[in-house]
Amino acid sequence: MSNAISNEPEIVYDKQGNPHEVVDFNNDYEGAKLGFWLFIFTEIMIFGAMFLVFGFYLFQFSQDFMDASNELNRLLGGINTFILLISALTMGLSLVKLRNNQVNESKKYIWITIILATIFLTIKYFEWSHEIHLGIYPGSPTLNAMEHGTKLFFGLYFTMTGLHGLHIIIGIGVMFWVLALIHSGKVNSTDFVVLENTALYWDLVHLVWVFVFPIFYLIY
Amino acid sequence: MSNVHKSFYDQTHTVFGHHKNKILQWIFSIDHKRIALLYLFVMFSFFAVAVMVALVMRLELFSPGQDFIDPNTYNQAFTLHGVIMIFLFIVPGIPAVLGNFLLPLQLGARDVSFPKLNLLSWWLYMIGAVLAVTSLFIGDGFADTGWTFYAPYSIKTGTNVIWALSAAFILGFASILTGINFVATIHRLRAPGMTFFKMPLFVWGLYSTSWIQILATPVVGISLIMVVLERTFGIGIFDPTKGGDPVLLEHMFWIYSHPAVYLMILPAFGIASEIVPTFCRKPIFGYHAIAISSAMIAGVGYLVWGHHMYTSGESEMIKLIFSALTFFVAVPTGVKFFDWIATMYKASIDFKTPMLWTIGTFVTFIIGGLTGLIVASVGVDVYLHDTYFVVAHFHYAILGGVVFLMFAGMHYWFPKITGKMYNEKHASRAFYVIFVGFNLLWFPMFIAGMLGMPRRYFDYLPEFEIWHKIATFGSWVFALGLIYMFTTLYRGWKYGEKAGPNPWNATTLEWQIPSPPQLENFGEIPYVDYMPYEYEKGEPVHRLDLSVKEKKTHE
Repeated sequence: MSNAISNEPEIVYDKQGNPHEVVDFNNDYEGAKLGFWLFIFTEIMIFGAMFLVFGFYLFQFSQDFMDASNELNRLLGGINTFILLISALTMGLSLVKLRNNQVNESKKYIWITIILATIFLTIKYFEWSHEIHLGIYPGSPTLNAMEHGTKLFFGLYFTMTGLHGLHIIIGIGVMFWVLALIHSGKVNSTDFVVLENTALYWDLVHLVWVFVFPIFYLIY
Repeated sequence: MSNVHKSFYDQTHTVFGHHKNKILQWIFSIDHKRIALLYLFVMFSFFAVAVMVALVMRLELFSPGQDFIDPNTYNQAFTLHGVIMIFLFIVPGIPAVLGNFLLPLQLGARDVSFPKLNLLSWWLYMIGAVLAVTSLFIGDGFADTGWTFYAPYSIKTGTNVIWALSAAFILGFASILTGINFVATIHRLRAPGMTFFKMPLFVWGLYSTSWIQILATPVVGISLIMVVLERTFGIGIFDPTKGGDPVLLEHMFWIYSHPAVYLMILPAFGIASEIVPTFCRKPIFGYHAIAISSAMIAGVGYLVWGHHMYTSGESEMIKLIFSALTFFVAVPTGVKFFDWIATMYKASIDFKTPMLWTIGTFVTFIIGGLTGLIVASVGVDVYLHDTYFVVAHFHYAILGGVVFLMFAGMHYWFPKITGKMYNEKHASRAFYVIFVGFNLLWFPMFIAGMLGMPRRYFDYLPEFEIWHKIATFGSWVFALGLIYMFTTLYRGWKYGEKAGPNPWNATTLEWQIPSPPQLENFGEIPYVDYMPYEYEKGEPVHRLDLSVKEKKTHE
């Protein structure tokens, strides 16, 4: 991309001679935010489709789903919900700090968010390995011998929490990238849209969990 | 900058570094015009492959019984044909090639909102394409499920379904990113003064299409991923032996794939709306109606998917609702046709090749569209479902609608893209050859379908032979016409005369700059406070010279 972008905004004049600014596609804060919001829409449609499938089978196999839900560890799920809630706060704080030009504070909050996200994944790992230890995973002989509804419940459980976990992992990767950008000064107190969009993404990841948690853990 | 006009063929921005190598300069270019041409060449290579596969299938069907390929290969052939034509050719088709090239030009912008993302889309498209092609050569070969991947067969078959599904997912992702890019561009980068209702109608088509890409593609993406998980882990969601419901997959597939049909046709309609006023030398009739009807088709198109499943087990009530909603799509489509014909009324029409293609499309698409209403009626469809009637219907709509209009657009913007002009005589003859071949190829299938010829069958009863013979003969004429057309375009590109900035006397912004356009398109951005397609006494009202001027360079 051209490095010699003039700092003067480009102006065009209408017939009455009034000036109008031309939006510079290389440096368009609103455009970057709009684009990311559109991406969030696609994410909502992806998870929305999964919730639709869940709802469809929940009505078909209500009793099986409720029984299977009882198998899950509500305490660990609850702790994870709390952790993500806090991490959304720290993510937001890092944005506030960056806008106030407190770069080191901002980086510190991103690190805290990364650590919280890692704790979330660790707890998730223990939950999954507990189920797998009991022989409950998609395609396992134990699970295949169970009721249809139980199979579908755990099929959806692993798919949806897996997809959500994948988003967490991607989020951690993005946060490291943002840290590097802040470190090199490319993201700073005047040009912070990358961090703002990361925070937006993290809010989405957190919000999805807010819906995933009750439909799997709390329907008993 | 010197007075010699440098086009985007001579200089470019790349995503990183400065490359000496010409190929690297192309595949890492973030200029929307170059990315459009990258798409163009890859897409038409795949188009050629899919056409050849189709020709082999038609050849096999020339006479009853097994002649050239065995039944399993035939199943893979129609799947390959469908997957390439849908996911690699026609879904990205007009937006990725003509849309990429023209959207910033028509808006008065220097590029799309996210040029790097635009390049990433092309790379994702290439990865998807390579995945699909690779699966041809390993294991049991390409998927044999048909491009719809219906469960439970897609879960059970031994062919490389996972490869095809992953390819479709990645291609869908590329399509989503293009959609995001276009919506952001249209919202942010319109030239000052250009309100939504001063945009060219091709942009309106792209706008509606992009929203479908953003909102519908994720649904099919996750459904395809669930089929992949079904095959790898057995999560049971679409597997009836585990309580899953295969029809649910059909629903989720068509929630995307029916809007995808409108995703294909809306920018094509946009092309028609550009060409008709230009060659009638008249302002378009009902500008607002055409713009709004695009959005209406996109909106209503979301709610009609159930008409693909009349025979898969739906309640009677839902069948009626889907049928009624499907009929409703014909209303905004009819509005568009009315407006185009009203524009042509009493105009002195210039029957240049782009206009010929457009008028040819009006004939074929009317047939494709109206037979769509026939198969949307519940009672009739139960009889016609999965017959050649349906095959003929969607080929009339997609090939005779979308692809024909794409060809129209390629001829129309050819001088803008290449700076040269093709040979008018040969180009119009190529149209007539293709038009005749097309109707010979597909019309007999309506009749064969009504008589009961089922689709996707490798063999047929003797009474259908005559229709298959005519269709296969038509396929040869059609293929010859395609060769003729592409040769004409290629010769035009190599040896054609210089076209000049505005050979058609058209009005939109892309015709106000040199052909081919320079890097970053506009020397100066205009203030646009007038409607597109303003003609007075057959001449464009506004003539601007927006090319690069001294001291105005943006580099």
